Amino acid sequence: MSIIKPTRRGLLRTSAVAGAGLAMPTIFTGSASAYMNEPTGSSVTLGFNVPQSGPYADEGADELRAYELAVEHLNGGGDGGMMNTFSSKELKGNGILGKKVEYVTGDTQTKADAARASAKSMIEKDGAIMITGGSSSGVAVAVQALCQEAGIIFMAGLTHSNDTTGKDKKANGFRHFFNSYMSGAALAPVLANAYGKDRKAYHLTADYNWGYTTEEAVRESTEAMGWETVNAVKTPLTQTDFSSYIAPVLQSDADVLVLNHYGGNMINSLTNAVQFGLRDKLVNGKNFEIIVPLYSRLMARGAGENVKGIFGSTNWHWSLQDEGSKAFVKSFGEKYGFPPSQAAHTTYCQTLLYADAAERAGTFNPCGIAEALEGFEFDGLGNGKTLYRAEDHQCFKDVLVVKGKENPTSEFDILEVVEVTPVSQVTYDANIPQMGGPEATLGDCNPGA
Amino acid sequence: MEAIVLQILNGLDKGSAYALIALGLTLIFGTLGVVNFAHGALFMIGAFCAVTLSKILTLSHVVIDATKKDFLGNPLKVEVPYIYDFVGENAGNVIIDWAVPLSILFAIPIMVLIGFIMERGLIKHFYKRPHADQILVTFGLAIVMQEVIKYFYGANPIPTPAPEAFKGSLDFGAMLGFEANSIIYPYWRLVYFSFAAVIIGGVFAFLQFTTFGMVVRAGMADRETVGLLGINIDKRFTIMFGLAAAVAGLAGVMYTPINSPNYHMGMDFLVLSFVVVVVGGMGSLSGAVLAGFLLGILESFASMTAVLETLPGINQIIIYLVAIIVLLTRPRGLMGKAGVMEE
Amino acid sequence: MFGLRKSDSALLLIVIALTVLAPFILNPFPENSVMAQFNAGYPDLMQRLVIFGIFAIGFNILFGLTGYLSFGHAAFLGVGSYAGVWMIKLLTLNVIPAIVVSVIVAGAFSLLVGWISLRRSGIYFSILTLAFAQMSYALAYSVLTPITGGETGLQPKVGDPRILDAALEEGVTPRANLFGMFMNDSYDMVVGGWIFTFNVGYYIAAICMVLAFYLSIRIFRSPFGLMLRAVKSNQQRLNYTGIESKPYTLAAFVISGMYAGLAGGLLVAMDTQAGAERMFWTASGEVVLMTILGGAGTLIGPVLGAGFIKYFENIVSKINANILETWFSFMPDGLSDVFVGIIYPFIGKGWHLTLGILFMLVVIFLPGGLVQGGQKIAGMFKNKKDGSDSATSSASAAPAE
Repeated sequence: MSIIKPTRRGLLRTSAVAGAGLAMPTIFTGSASAYMNEPTGSSVTLGFNVPQSGPYADEGADELRAYELAVEHLNGGGDGGMMNTFSSKELKGNGILGKKVEYVTGDTQTKADAARASAKSMIEKDGAIMITGGSSSGVAVAVQALCQEAGIIFMAGLTHSNDTTGKDKKANGFRHFFNSYMSGAALAPVLANAYGKDRKAYHLTADYNWGYTTEEAVRESTEAMGWETVNAVKTPLTQTDFSSYIAPVLQSDADVLVLNHYGGNMINSLTNAVQFGLRDKLVNGKNFEIIVPLYSRLMARGAGENVKGIFGSTNWHWSLQDEGSKAFVKSFGEKYGFPPSQAAHTTYCQTLLYADAAERAGTFNPCGIAEALEGFEFDGLGNGKTLYRAEDHQCFKDVLVVKGKENPTSEFDILEVVEVTPVSQVTYDANIPQMGGPEATLGDCNPGA
Repeated sequence: MEAIVLQILNGLDKGSAYALIALGLTLIFGTLGVVNFAHGALFMIGAFCAVTLSKILTLSHVVIDATKKDFLGNPLKVEVPYIYDFVGENAGNVIIDWAVPLSILFAIPIMVLIGFIMERGLIKHFYKRPHADQILVTFGLAIVMQEVIKYFYGANPIPTPAPEAFKGSLDFGAMLGFEANSIIYPYWRLVYFSFAAVIIGGVFAFLQFTTFGMVVRAGMADRETVGLLGINIDKRFTIMFGLAAAVAGLAGVMYTPINSPNYHMGMDFLVLSFVVVVVGGMGSLSGAVLAGFLLGILESFASMTAVLETLPGINQIIIYLVAIIVLLTRPRGLMGKAGVMEE
Repeated sequence: MFGLRKSDSALLLIVIALTVLAPFILNPFPENSVMAQFNAGYPDLMQRLVIFGIFAIGFNILFGLTGYLSFGHAAFLGVGSYAGVWMIKLLTLNVIPAIVVSVIVAGAFSLLVGWISLRRSGIYFSILTLAFAQMSYALAYSVLTPITGGETGLQPKVGDPRILDAALEEGVTPRANLFGMFMNDSYDMVVGGWIFTFNVGYYIAAICMVLAFYLSIRIFRSPFGLMLRAVKSNQQRLNYTGIESKPYTLAAFVISGMYAGLAGGLLVAMDTQAGAERMFWTASGEVVLMTILGGAGTLIGPVLGAGFIKYFENIVSKINANILETWFSFMPDGLSDVFVGIIYPFIGKGWHLTLGILFMLVVIFLPGGLVQGGQKIAGMFKNKKDGSDSATSSASAAPAE
C-alpha cells in the first residue's frame, strides 16, 4: 500500500462526485497538489472555530455572526459592509478567486484539546483551507501550532496574550487583535493624565500566561510613567469569589487596583472590588481607582453598573465614527438588531483580510497568502491605518482607551472611547523580551504538501 | 492582626455559601441515600429565580423617543417597565431595586416544586440503584438544566445588584478599635452570612424539635425499621427533597449580588461542595457545616500575600490539600459515621 | 485461541475486525450526500475513538472489577501526555519513546496517588483521587507553567534539542513520526461516491487498543481478576479470610493508571500538544461517564461508551443552522422553519443538551449501559433460542457500584 502525503479532501471530494457511479475503485496516488486542501471545485471552505459552550459562548456566538456576515459579503450578498471601505479593492463580491465561500463551524469549548480536535475535523473531514476564531490565547496558541503543522493558514480571533505573536508565533498564524503590550503602552499615558504620576498600584493577576503578560506589560509601562507597584497577587483561574484578594488591598498603601482578569474572573473581581467600596475610599489623599487593562463590552455587561468610570483598553468599539466602523455597524446591526462586539469586528476583519490576501496572491497556497499578508498596509477596516508586520504577523494599529460610561442609553452603550492612542505609541521592536526575545522565531511557512 | 481578622471574616462569608450548599447535599444524601450531582444546578436555578423576577419586574413596553438616536441612527426606543404604569415611577424603582430580596418569596415555591417533581419523577426510581447510576442520571439532569438556562439567558453573567440600601460597606475595624478603613466589609456579605446562619439554624431546629424532623432523623438512621413502624416515610422524604432544593435555591438567590449569576455557576460549586460534604463526613449535617466554614477560612488564609510568598500556588490547591490531610488523619471525615458510602 | 475462552476470542476477533474495518464502518455515507455530516471516518476522530477506548478500558479494570470509583483518572492521562511531549522535545520525534515514557511516568504517579488514596474506600477514596487530580490541574495551569506551558500548553518547537535526531532541514515543521511514517499520513480509497481514509496514526493507536483490550480480557479472566471481584463483592469478608486486599487493588490502580498513560502518550503522538484542561475534573468525570454509559464491568462496554461520547462531541457540535436548513430544504418554507426551529436547540452549541438527555435516557432505561441495549437487541433476534452464546454475554453485565 503506498502511503501518500496528507489527505487532499477538496480534490478527492470533487473527484468523488465525478467518479460517482463508477464501480471500479479509483485510487489516488501522489498526483499533483501543491498544498493542503487545495480547492479544486467551484467553492472554498473556511473553518470557523469558536467557543459555543462554556463561559465564552456568547462571545463565540457574536464571532460566528460576524463570520456569517463576512461570508455573505464575500459572496456578493448584503450591502458589502466594510468591503466598500477597505483600502484594497480586490474583493469583488464573487467569492474568493471566483470560488463561492462556504464554511463549517465547530466548538472550541475554550479548551485547547477540544479546539484542536474541532480544527482537525475541519481540516481532515471538511477540507477547510483556513481556520479562524477563538476567544482565548490558550486556544489560539494551540490551534496556531496545529495549523502550522498541518499546513493551513490560521487567522486568530480574540487573543490578547503577547505569546500568540511573541513567544509562540508561527509562520502560518496571523493576528489582527491587539495584545497585552499594546494595552499597557496605550493605557499608561492616559492613566498618568487622569490619575497623576505619583500612584501606588496593586495588581491582581489571573494565574496563567495571559495574566502574566498583561501584568508585565501594564507594570512596565506604568512604572516608566513614575507609578510604583506595591504588590502583585496571583489569583486562580477557577476562583469565583475574590473577596479574600480584594479585602487586603486597602490595608496596603495602594491607591490604584489593576485587575489583570478577563471574562468571568474580571466580572467577579470588579464586582467584588466595587462591593468592598474601594472606589469610595481616599488613600494617600487621592481617590482610590480601579483599572481593567482589557475590556470586552460583552463581558463588561455582566458587571453591570460596576464598570462606570473604570478605564481599560479595547481593540475596537461600535461607537467609532470612521467610515469603516460605520459601515460595519450598519450591516451587522441591520442583520442582527444590535451592535457588534470587538470579537465580531476582529473576526470579520480577519476573514476579509484573508480573502483579500488570496485575491492578491492569486492562490490559496498558505505560503502565497502569508507573503501577501506580510507587510501589508491597509485602511478602512475601522482601526485606521494598519500594518500586518512581517516579523511577527501582528497587526499594528491605533488602540482605544475606553472608560465605563456614566449614563448609558442602552444595554450596548456601556463603554465610551476616551482616547485613540496612535499606532506609533504602541509599536515595539519584535525582539523585545516581553515578546520572547530573539529566540522566538516564526519559522517557515508550511503549505502542508 | 487586621489582616487575619479580615480573612476570618472572608472565610466565614465564603464558608457560609459552602455550608449552605453542602447542607442541602447532606440532607438529600442522609435521608434518601442519593448522591445528587444536580444539587449545584439547583443552586444555579435559585440564582436564576432572582434573575427571572427582576426580568419580570422590568418587563417593558416600548416608547419611541424621537429626540434621541440609537446606534443605527433610528429614533431611540426607550423601554418603560409596566410596573411604572401600575405603581408609578418612584415606587416602581423601589420594587425593582428590591428584586433580589423579593426573589426569596418567589423562589421558595418554585424550588420546592422543582424538588418535588425531581424526586417523584426521577430520583424515586433510583433509590435502589447503585450510586454510580445516581451520579450519572443526576449529572445528566444537571447538564440539561444548565443548557436550558443557557438557551434562554445566554452564557454571559447577568448583573443582579443588591438593593441600594445594602450597597457600600461597614467599617468593622473602626468598631473594633483598629485604624479606619483597615477592616471594611460589604453590607450585603454580612447579610449573606446572617441569612446563612438563620437557614442553617432553622434546618437544625426543624430536624431537632419537630415530630416530622424526628421521624426523618429516625429514617436517616434506619429507614427500614421506620417503614415497618407504619410511618409513610416516602412522603416525608419527598418533602425533605423539596426542602433541600429550597435551601440550595435560596443560597443561590442571595448569592446573586455577590457574583453575577451565569449558567455554569452550579458546576463551579459542585465539586467544591462535594469535597466539603466528604471532609465533613458523609451523612453528618453538622460535619458539612463545620467543614464548609473550615475550608472557607483556610481558603481565605491561603490567599494572603505573606502566605503566598512562602508557598507560591498554595491558593490554587489549599482546599484539596486540606481534604487529603483530613481524610488521611480522620478516615470518615470530621464527623462521618462508619459504614456510610464506604463500600 | 490466544489462550482465551471461545466466547472471549470471538469477542476479541470482533473487536479486531471492527478496528481494522473502522474506516469503512465509520464512513457509511457517500461524500457530498446530506448524511455525510454524520461520517466519522476521518483520522482525528478515529484516533480519538480508540485512544479514549483505551482510557476507558483501563478505567474499567479498576472500577468495573474492584468497584473503586476514581474521580481523578484524567490526571494520569495528563501527566502521561506531558511526559510524552517532553520526550518528543528532548529525545526524538519518533513516537515510541514518548509512548513508553508516558506509560512509565503515569504508572509511577498512579503508584503514588494509589498508595495514598487506597487507604480509604468508597466516596472517601473518590474524593482523595479527585483532590490529587484537581491539584495537578491547578498547578499545571499556573505555577508549573515553565514545565507544562500553562494555559497555552506544551508543543514541540523548531528549536528543541531532540538529541537523538539529526537536525531538521531548514524550514521543516517538527512532526511526530514512527520511523519516518508521519502520524497524519493517510491513504485514501475512493469507491464511487465514498472516500475511505486509512491513516497511519489510527492504525498505530488501533494496534495499541487491540493489545490493551486483549490484556484486559486476560486480567478479567485471571485469578488476579477474580481476586479483584472479590474485593468488590465483599472486601471485609476477604480481609477476614486473612487476605490483605490492598496489594491487589493497588496493582489494579496502577495498571489502570498505566492505561491512562498509554492513552495520554498516544494522544500526544497523534497530536503533539498537551494542555492542563486534560486533567480538569470534567475530564475525569468523562471517563466515568464513558464506562458507566457503556456498561461498567463488561469488557466491551467502556469502548462503546467512549465511542458514543466522542462521536457526539465531535459530530453533533459541528452541525449548524445552515446545515439544518439544507436538510429540510425539500420541505415547504413554513414547515422547514418549524423543523429547523425544533431541532436547532439540540445541535451545534446545544450538543451538551443532547448529551445530557441521552445520559438520562440510557441510565433510566438501560441500567446495564449500552451493552445491555445490545443484548436486548440481540435477544430480540434470537427470540426463544438460547441466548447464552451472544458475543457480549460472556461479560457479566451486573450493574456496578
